[in-house]
Amino acid sequence: MKRLGVFICHCGVNIAGTVDVKSVAEKTGRVEDVAHSADYIYMCSEPGQQIIREAIRERGLEGVVVACCSPSMHENTFRKAVKSEGMNPYLCEIANIREQCSWVHQKEKTKATEKAEEIILATLEKVRENEKLEAISVSINRSAGVIGGGIAGMTAALDLAEGGYEVLLIEKEQALGGHMTQLSKTFPDLHPALPDLLAKAREIERHPKIDLHCYSEMEDVKGYVGNFELTIRKKATSVDWGRCNGCGLCIRDCPVEYVSPFERGLGVRKAIDLLYPGSVPQKPVIRRDHCRYFHDGSCRKCEEVCPEKAIRFDQQDERIGKKVGAIVVATGFELYPTEQLGEYGYGEIPDVIDGLALERMFSVDGPTQGRIIRPSDGTVPKEIVFIQCVASRDPDRYMPYCSRICCMYTAKQAKIYKEQVPDGQPYIFYMDIRADAKGYEEFLQKTIEEKGLLYLRGRVSRVFQDDGKVRILGVDTLTGKMVEVAADMVVLATAIVPSQGVKDLASKLRATVDRHGFLTEAHIKLYPVESSTKGIYLAGCGQSPKDISDTVSQASATASKIQALLSTDQLLQDPLIAFVDENICSGCGICVEVCPYEAREMNSRRGISVVHSALCQGCGACIAACPNFACELRNSSSVQTLRMLETFV
Amino acid sequence: MKIELTREKVHNEFAKKVELISGQNLFACYQCGNCTAGCPVAFAMEVGPHEVIRYTLLGLEEEALAVNTFWLCASCLQCTSRCPKGIDIARVMDALRMVILRKKDRKDHIHVSEFQEGFLEKVPQIAFISGFRKFLS
Repeated sequence: MKRLGVFICHCGVNIAGTVDVKSVAEKTGRVEDVAHSADYIYMCSEPGQQIIREAIRERGLEGVVVACCSPSMHENTFRKAVKSEGMNPYLCEIANIREQCSWVHQKEKTKATEKAEEIILATLEKVRENEKLEAISVSINRSAGVIGGGIAGMTAALDLAEGGYEVLLIEKEQALGGHMTQLSKTFPDLHPALPDLLAKAREIERHPKIDLHCYSEMEDVKGYVGNFELTIRKKATSVDWGRCNGCGLCIRDCPVEYVSPFERGLGVRKAIDLLYPGSVPQKPVIRRDHCRYFHDGSCRKCEEVCPEKAIRFDQQDERIGKKVGAIVVATGFELYPTEQLGEYGYGEIPDVIDGLALERMFSVDGPTQGRIIRPSDGTVPKEIVFIQCVASRDPDRYMPYCSRICCMYTAKQAKIYKEQVPDGQPYIFYMDIRADAKGYEEFLQKTIEEKGLLYLRGRVSRVFQDDGKVRILGVDTLTGKMVEVAADMVVLATAIVPSQGVKDLASKLRATVDRHGFLTEAHIKLYPVESSTKGIYLAGCGQSPKDISDTVSQASATASKIQALLSTDQLLQDPLIAFVDENICSGCGICVEVCPYEAREMNSRRGISVVHSALCQGCGACIAACPNFACELRNSSSVQTLRMLETFV
Repeated sequence: MKIELTREKVHNEFAKKVELISGQNLFACYQCGNCTAGCPVAFAMEVGPHEVIRYTLLGLEEEALAVNTFWLCASCLQCTSRCPKGIDIARVMDALRMVILRKKDRKDHIHVSEFQEGFLEKVPQIAFISGFRKFLS
């Protein structure tokens, strides 16, 4: 018979306010094999842990039950405490009497006390049969993969590479930078976005530790933390980038122009072109859906003019395999498809544009060379209306969340506009102004005061064309009056949504997304950059809307978490996983199909199913599915489970 | 009622005059209402001081000048000391009074010669000061 100990935590009044801890301690102390039973106000505190350690030492305990909060809070704490006294940590179990008892039964104190006793007695049954286990050691590949080459992915990749780790950086577009390359100046310091970004991009391009794959997508991922195997599809650029010297003659001579999504429909690109002028890498790609050669074979201008003979019309997509130990998902955002909005006239009225289109106008290398003009007639707008919270904060019809960047970029855009058109007037329809980071509120107030921005608190009801103007009907709730503006141009601050294809990617990575498609973190406060799958980390707007400062901070946090993970070449994993009784297993293979982690496979030579210990997460699906009861979970055997059940019924 | 906003209206002559006389930037107003919240005579005002500022900013001259707000203002400076943006609201109220009083067609000025004998001795000095400010400017 093992000598067991029971330690009951008051958790201040969280448990003791409902459960009579003293009587529970006394009753459990009377159980035959319980050699020690104690209660304390905060078991997780240092004096609390000291009580456990002393009892193990003095009473020679061989198993411990701590009755306290959820094991996700302090299981680790107490297992470490017993380990320091030489006890195997897997002989310590948590009886959750807070979340599963005191918090939910605050009005039934007597019954809660009885339930707490039962939970502890059941956990004692478990501990009686617990085996001594050792953590599983897995060797890891000390490199990282980063999916997405925007400012988030770039920052994470550079930090990791500077930390000495090999980094694989995958970007779906032909050049680095993501949405930041579309921006003109950034708030709150009005620094031009591109120069600093491109400096970083060039650093990445020539970094010996970074393996950069642009115009590439993650097609498949296998494996587990420490040992991921990626399949990358390198899309055909139709240009041999190794030979291309970036001279641009092909672009100059290409006869095909198409309306560029990068320029938000305000400008054009050639069928062979860079993503943006001065892009990194400075290599062109042939867009086959626009190129005449691929349409009817009628044009080979780029091939004729290329001095390096770098054009490859016959190039095929290429698949390459890479191994990494951890993955950063930095897939970024898109704007809510504005054409899907039933209001505001986007798509019908040419002078209604979105915030990114205005950024392109402000950019000196953009479609208007930095001049702000009406798309309809090229004149300078003298009255400009900004509408905030377009598709954000509208749970009934669009997105319930705040997109976080719009308040600041609208103020910034209104400021830049006022500087360019001093006699113009910006009107900004808003619901609340959220300027919550360093220097933001000061920037906003200074801009409003100095530039005379007219903020109108209220929403817009109608936007329609009227005699060459865009007429806006709305309300100013501060006066309670309807307002009407005959504007020259309207700018919509559209909601941020996750990039297309994130859901697919997430399912390949076995990471989860929320109902809007944003990747979910393991814990919103305590593990904000880890995904729910070990080894998969998050950075940037793929996780939630955020501005550049926050994105960079988060990406660096992600990188440092990964550096910690990769700092050793062995990874210790919980041994609480499935195992197979080889004498019973019939080799039917049902477990292989039900395993969500691809941790079960058939050993054809022995005719049985085996468990891949590094992949198994101990979920128990195979145990429930096995028709022969050949699978068991370590320290959660059917004998243990049945005995625990008997305690309750 | 609907307000038609234009850039001329936002930078209207009326608001400019109020800003010039008071030396205050009306765009600085948060519309937080701290002035109205602390005003000892707000209970009797048709609209609070912050609303008058909003009307002025939007170029609603008629509405702004029709209310009793700035006439009831006792220039106690509570609003000025409370304003988080450092706007001297009492000065703005004063400026609104002056905008009206500077209109040429007014005939309701105080004539000291018409005061009854002994009146000057009875009335507290502060009443004169405010009277002169309000009715003689």
